[in-house]
Amino acid sequence: MNIYIQGTGCVSAQETSKGGAFPEDILPWEGPRLKASEPDYKQWIDVKLIRRMSRVIKMGVAAAQLGLQEAGVQKPDAIITGTAYGCLDDTGVFLSKMINQQEEMLTPTAFIQSTHNTVAGQIALMLGCHGYNNTFVHKGFSFESALLDAVMILREGQSSTILAGAMDELTNHSFNILSRFDLYKKEPVTPDTLLNSHTHGTVAGEGATCFVLGTEKGANTKVKLAGVTTLYKPGGKAEISADIAAFLAAHQCSEEEVSLVITGRNGDASGDEWYEYVETQLLPGKPVACFKHLCGEYPTAAAFGMWMGAKIIAAQQAPAAALFKGHLPGEVRKILIYNHYKQTHHSLILLTAC
Amino acid sequence: MHSDVWIAGGGVICGIGNNLSECMTAFKHMEPGMAHMQYLHSVHRHTFPVVEVKASNEMLAGWTGMSAKLSRTALLSRVAAEEAWQSTGLGDIRKFRVGFISANTVGGMDKTEDFFAEYLQDNSAGQLSQVIHHECGAITELVADAMGIRHHISTISTACSSGANALMYGARLIKNNMVDVVIAGGTDALTRFTLNGFNTLMILDQAACRPFDDTRTGLNLGEGAGYVVLVSDALAAEMPAGKTPWCRLSGFANANDAYHQTASSPDGTGNFLAMKGAMDMSGIKPEDVSYINLHGTGTQNNDAAEGSAIARLFEPHYPPVSSTKSFTGHTLGASGGIEAVFSAWAVKEGVIYPNANFTKQMKELPFAPVTAFSSGHQLQHVMSNSFGFGGNCSSLIFSKSAQL
Repeated sequence: MNIYIQGTGCVSAQETSKGGAFPEDILPWEGPRLKASEPDYKQWIDVKLIRRMSRVIKMGVAAAQLGLQEAGVQKPDAIITGTAYGCLDDTGVFLSKMINQQEEMLTPTAFIQSTHNTVAGQIALMLGCHGYNNTFVHKGFSFESALLDAVMILREGQSSTILAGAMDELTNHSFNILSRFDLYKKEPVTPDTLLNSHTHGTVAGEGATCFVLGTEKGANTKVKLAGVTTLYKPGGKAEISADIAAFLAAHQCSEEEVSLVITGRNGDASGDEWYEYVETQLLPGKPVACFKHLCGEYPTAAAFGMWMGAKIIAAQQAPAAALFKGHLPGEVRKILIYNHYKQTHHSLILLTAC
Repeated sequence: MHSDVWIAGGGVICGIGNNLSECMTAFKHMEPGMAHMQYLHSVHRHTFPVVEVKASNEMLAGWTGMSAKLSRTALLSRVAAEEAWQSTGLGDIRKFRVGFISANTVGGMDKTEDFFAEYLQDNSAGQLSQVIHHECGAITELVADAMGIRHHISTISTACSSGANALMYGARLIKNNMVDVVIAGGTDALTRFTLNGFNTLMILDQAACRPFDDTRTGLNLGEGAGYVVLVSDALAAEMPAGKTPWCRLSGFANANDAYHQTASSPDGTGNFLAMKGAMDMSGIKPEDVSYINLHGTGTQNNDAAEGSAIARLFEPHYPPVSSTKSFTGHTLGASGGIEAVFSAWAVKEGVIYPNANFTKQMKELPFAPVTAFSSGHQLQHVMSNSFGFGGNCSSLIFSKSAQL
C-alpha cells in the first residue's frame, strides 16, 4: 500500500508558517538558541483561546491546520502526535507555583494544559474529530513512533487520512537546564558556520511540523512516505551503516537510486562523525542536505527534516542554504533522511516522488 | 494482519500488592489499599487518602538491582515488567526481537520536583542527576536497558488512557511482524505535581473513593505499574511446557470525545465509540461481553459518562461490571496496564473482581457494579476501559483462546 503525503504544515525558526514552498530567504540567527518564527494565530484560533494557550499548543494547532489546508482535508480519521518534552511551559508554571506557594491556592489551567496529549486533544476538539488519537513521548523517537503508528493504521485499511506530527517548545527553564548539561555551543555561531564548526555542542531549537498522510494520491500530491524505522543505541558506525543498507533493501531502494541524503548534522563534532561515516563510507558521492542550522536541535527535529525533504521533492530543487555536499541531480526521486538525537536515538525515513 | 495477538503473561505492582498474586488475595479478602501517605511528602498528607505501593524506594531498588536514587516511576516499572516477563517462562529475553512500550504521564517528575525547589532559588543550583530522567521516555529506557531490550522502544502519554494505548501500539507491532514479543503497559508513581493538579480540579475524595455509587465525590490517586507480554501466533505455539497464553487481545479501539479538555461529554460519546470499536474488531456483540473492568474513577463526571455509554451500548444485556480502582486508586498512566493484567487474568482464571464501597445505586443508571469477588466463571470476552484528559478514550477486549 502506498502512503502519500497529502499536506504538510510547519512552524519553525524559519518563515515556514506561511505555507507553500520552502522560503527563499533564510532567517538569520546568532547564539545557541533559535526561536520559532510564529504566525498570526488568529487565522485558526479564537482570540480568547490564544491567550490561554502555551506556545507549543499554538504552534501544534497551526502546523496541523496548515497541513490540513494543503491536503484539502477538513477532518482526518486519526490524529497522532509526538513530543519529547510535552507542554513544558505549563509544566514549569504549575511546578513553580506549587513550590513557591507550598501547594496552596493553585489554579487548574496550567495543570490541565501540562499533559502531553494536550496538543492532540486540542486539535481533536477544534476539528470535532472523534477518531483515533494518540501521543508518543519517547525522546528522539517521539516523531518516528507517531509516523510508524500512522503507517500501521493506514495499512489496516479502515482509515484513509491521518494527521501525524511532532512539536516541542523551548522555554527559559528548559534552555537554562539543558545548557547546564553542556549541550550548546560556547562560541558564537551562525547558520553559515554551525555545520563546519568542528567543536563541541550545537544550538537549541523548537518547532511543530505536521503531515497529512493518506492512502489516496491527491491532485497536488508529489511525495510518498516509503518507510520509517528507529534504531536504539546502535553498537557503532559500522552497525548503523549495515542498518541503513538493510532499510533501503527492505524498501526496494538501491543505493544508486537515492537522489539526496538529508542528515541531521548539528555542528557537534562527535555527533556529526556518525553522519560523516555514513556519507563517505556507505553513500559516497551522494549529495547531502542538512537542516539543523535552519531549525536548531531538538528531539523531534527530524520532522522538520522530513518536511524539508518533502518540499525538495515537490519543488525538484533544494534551497541553497540546505545543501551541504554536492549538487542536486536533475531529477529527485528518492530522499533518505538519517537523523540521530544525542547519538542514542537513530532514525531513518525514506521519501519517494510519485 | 496475519497473526493474532496473545497475552503470554503479565505482572503488576500497586497499592494492594507487590505482584499479581498479592493483588488477587486483596480482592478476595476485600482489602482496598487506601491509606495516609507514607512515602509522598505533601502538605495534603492528612487530607487526601492515597493508594501507595507499600515499599520505599530503597526496597524497590533492592528488588530490582536498580539505584534507589532513580525515579520511583522507573523502579515500579521494572518490578512489574520483570514479573510479566518471568511469568511467560520464555527464558532469555535476548533470544527474541523484543519491544518495550511503556506509558506514563509525568516521567521522572518525582525527582524534578526536588530539583526545582532548589533551582527556583538559584538557577545554577539543583543536582542535574535529579532532572536527567525528567522526560517520559527516560523512564522507559532505564527499564529497557536494565532488561536488555533494544529492538523497539517507545513511550505513550495520553493521560489516564496511556497504558491501554501502549497495548494497542504493541499489538500493531506484533501484527506487522516488527518484533516477536512486546512488553506493553504503563507506570506512574505518586507525585506532588499530580496530587496538586487533581486537587485544583476538585475531583479528589477525602474518603475512600466510591466508583459508580450515587454518593461518589471523586477519586483517590494511586501508583504502580502493570504490563502484559504480547506475542504472535508463532511464539504462542512455542511456549514452554506447562505454560499457555492467558488469552488473546482480540479487539481494541481508541476514540476521542472531542468535547472538553478534561471533562467527558454527558452521554460519553468517546467512551461509546471506543467500546463499540473494540467490539467490532473482536467481531462480537454486546451480549457476548462477559465482564467489564470499568474505568470507574469515582468522579461525578466520569462514572456518569461511562455509565451512560454502557447503558446505550449494552441495553438490555448488562454484563457484570466493576471498577478495580476502588482497590488500587487511580494509577493514571499505569491504570490501563494494571487493569489489562487484571482483565486478561480474569479471562484465564474465570474471576470477577468486586467494586468496593458500593452502597447506593446511581439514579440515572439501570445497572449496578458487582460487589463481591467470585470465581469459577467461563468468561469468553472481558472488556477493559480507560478514559482520560484530552478526550482520550480506549477500550481493550481480552478473549478466550478459541477463535470464534
